[in-house]
Amino acid sequence: MKPRSKRFVLIGTIIVAFGLAVMLVLNAFQENLVFFHTPTEVKERTVAYDRQIRIGGLVEKGTFKREEETTTVTFNVTDGDSSILVSYTGILPDLFREGQGIVAEGKLLTSGVFVASHVFAKHDETYMPPEAAEALKRVEEKAEAENSVQNLMKSVEKGE
Amino acid sequence: MSATRRIPWMKYASASSFYPLANRLAPLFMGLAIVLAVVGLYMGFFVAPVDYQQGNSYRIMFLHVPAAWMSMFIYLLLAMYAIISLVWRVKMADIMAYSLAPTGAMFTFVALVTGALWGRPTWGTYWVWDARLTSELLLLFLYLGYMGLYSAIPDRQRASRAASFLAIVGVVNVPIIYFSVVWWNTLHQGASITFSGGTSMTSVMFTSLLLMTFACWAYTIAVVLRRAQAVILERKKVALWASQISKK
Repeated sequence: MKPRSKRFVLIGTIIVAFGLAVMLVLNAFQENLVFFHTPTEVKERTVAYDRQIRIGGLVEKGTFKREEETTTVTFNVTDGDSSILVSYTGILPDLFREGQGIVAEGKLLTSGVFVASHVFAKHDETYMPPEAAEALKRVEEKAEAENSVQNLMKSVEKGE
Repeated sequence: MSATRRIPWMKYASASSFYPLANRLAPLFMGLAIVLAVVGLYMGFFVAPVDYQQGNSYRIMFLHVPAAWMSMFIYLLLAMYAIISLVWRVKMADIMAYSLAPTGAMFTFVALVTGALWGRPTWGTYWVWDARLTSELLLLFLYLGYMGLYSAIPDRQRASRAASFLAIVGVVNVPIIYFSVVWWNTLHQGASITFSGGTSMTSVMFTSLLLMTFACWAYTIAVVLRRAQAVILERKKVALWASQISKK
């Protein structure tokens, strides 16, 4: 083998070996590499109470409440399956709203309430002008309405 | 009929033919970069509409996203040149790798800073230790480590080998940065533009983003060619000086 090809094989082997090693390490630390846990994950596992963790999910619609004359707010964080009540005192990020994805950092009390010390807003990767968002919402609402009408028709046909 | 004119690639592996070529190309690409950046920034800031959620603050994306892309792509190029330099011992490849590093580091820094400035109003924090942000910070350290190692070893050949080796090993980080938002849940959102086609943004935004990316490309080519020229002169000077000493 030419010295050139030898060096090439050597470097190739090093890259592959190192890549594999890193992959294994990352796999082993999978648990610690996630930025937040979902409410379901928190509930299914016996979560250490009184320890700093981060939970993430959507702010459940209709659950946002502000305590009068304070900056304390409460809301439910949900992943669709289960939800956790979060209490937070402080200033919320601009993007915070019901239905929005957020990550809350804090402690889960034994009472089941999550007391957050920080709330981060998460936004998705879609960017569009407000008019487009508006139009999209109307289309969705229309589809939903049609769906419910169809469902109603079906149940009528079945004679319920 | 062999009408295909072959480009003499190997010719430009020698400094003496690379130098005049770089001399001609660098100003061209710098001019192109300026034109593209002016048009791209104008479109990004005045033509592109506000975002339905973030309002105007999303516009920092036109700087942040190209910078982040460049930071990763320049590293891949650097690693490729490092392999060529290690395996085939092509001096020009080492010069190119060496010249790419500062620009790559700069784009990484820009991506981190603009990301922090974007994160503050949208997420509510300048910095979090999620997988995307942490691996991008690691990229900055890899660039700095490459440059530091290169200049820490006095013997240039050994410096080049050690630094190239570091660059090659570090290439593992690039897919980690890119896929971090897929593999783990992060605060950073996923990719708006993917290789498998499909963008999740309005076309004007996408056009501005592309223009800015091309501007960054042209800028990188111009600056790296100029830097490579400087490195060639510097190394020639050392060689000349050394040969004169030895003649005495």
